[in-house]
Amino acid sequence: MKLKRILVPALVGLAVLVALSAGAVAGEKAPGKEITIDNFSFGPPSLTVKAGTQVTWVNHDDIPHTVVSEDLATFRSRPLDTDESWSFTFTKPGTYTYFCSIHPKMTAKVVVQ
Amino acid sequence: MAAKDEILYNHNHDGIDRRGFLQCMAWAGTGAFCVLEGGVLKSYALGRGGEMAEVAKGELAFVQISDSHMGFDKPANPDVVGTFKAAIDKINALPVEPEFILHTGDVSHLAKPAEFDNVEQILKSAKTSEVFYVPGEHDFIGDEGKQFRERFGKGSQGSGWYSFDKKGVHFVGLVNVANLKAGGLGSLGSEQLEWLENDVKHISKSAPVVVFAHIPLWTVYPEWGWGTEDSAQALGYLKKFGSVTVLNGHIHQTMQKVEGNVTFHTASSTAFPQPKPGAAPSPGPMKVPAEQLRGLLGVTDVHYKRGQHALAVTDSTLG
Repeated sequence: MKLKRILVPALVGLAVLVALSAGAVAGEKAPGKEITIDNFSFGPPSLTVKAGTQVTWVNHDDIPHTVVSEDLATFRSRPLDTDESWSFTFTKPGTYTYFCSIHPKMTAKVVVQ
Repeated sequence: MAAKDEILYNHNHDGIDRRGFLQCMAWAGTGAFCVLEGGVLKSYALGRGGEMAEVAKGELAFVQISDSHMGFDKPANPDVVGTFKAAIDKINALPVEPEFILHTGDVSHLAKPAEFDNVEQILKSAKTSEVFYVPGEHDFIGDEGKQFRERFGKGSQGSGWYSFDKKGVHFVGLVNVANLKAGGLGSLGSEQLEWLENDVKHISKSAPVVVFAHIPLWTVYPEWGWGTEDSAQALGYLKKFGSVTVLNGHIHQTMQKVEGNVTFHTASSTAFPQPKPGAAPSPGPMKVPAEQLRGLLGVTDVHYKRGQHALAVTDSTLG
């Protein structure tokens, strides 16, 4: 019983410390997110992130793909061959539908909150 | 297992292959040759070997090659240069020398200058010197086809469309890989369609017409983008013609369809095969055992004889 009185506050204190330090390491920005390209599909097909997040796409197909916003202006990657990657940092909230300009049937979206 | 030089889907009189024969038998229901004539599949009794010489002396012969993907180097084919050279050797060995070559696109893999250079260099070893090109989506990577048009688009308009005539046959090269929209298929666009309508307006309806474009102008498999959104409008402008042959690439396998007076045909790639529609999770390069690769790559030989309605289309593999 004596142990429990010390242990619980200690554990709570530890939890608070861990939470604080995690926040301190990440700073104001959210950690980066990854989208994989496999079998002509973006995975996950819908990704929700916080504003300020850097999203990195990695191509695992044996054919090149691109990452292009539907409006053709907001973001447009260079062609990514096998194992190549490209990143974009989303700063404004919104829903960003994008596709592969080489294989336009490949579509997905990033939702920025 | 296809033997070297086995002809696949031979649509004229001078050869028959097991697969094409069986498929044709299903259509015709008899043990016979199957020939596409005037857009209609007709069967002929075996033994008309004399026809072979007749077709060989056909008045216009040309070849379609496609999807060389110069620059591709993944497991499905680490040597696209070698297989492209084999395709040229095949063309040089044809019994009737083709008058010209049609390349239905994806000449390059990443639209890099060295890739285009390489294809042009290898084509110099073809006895046939005249080559007509239309771009594939890979040829448009990075610059929407600017380099492609500079190299191969002399006399073309817009994204690279054009037409020409050879021995009474009207050829139309279309571009359906420009301005592709998210979630869409191939697309011709209103400007090109308007040009096409005017281009064929004054051509005699008895002239055979050959349309060539990269992505199929019929809906092969929309889930994989194998089709063109506004092709129906284009085909509408060609309704008056008694013989229309549509030659496409993009799907890296031979396929054909007949609809009224229109014969649709897709060619094999000279680089790598792709799976049959829906037979794999995606339409990417299909790896096969090394000894089977060349049996899944090929060229297409086309003959037109004045007075005959339909063009004779023959696919043959590289090995």
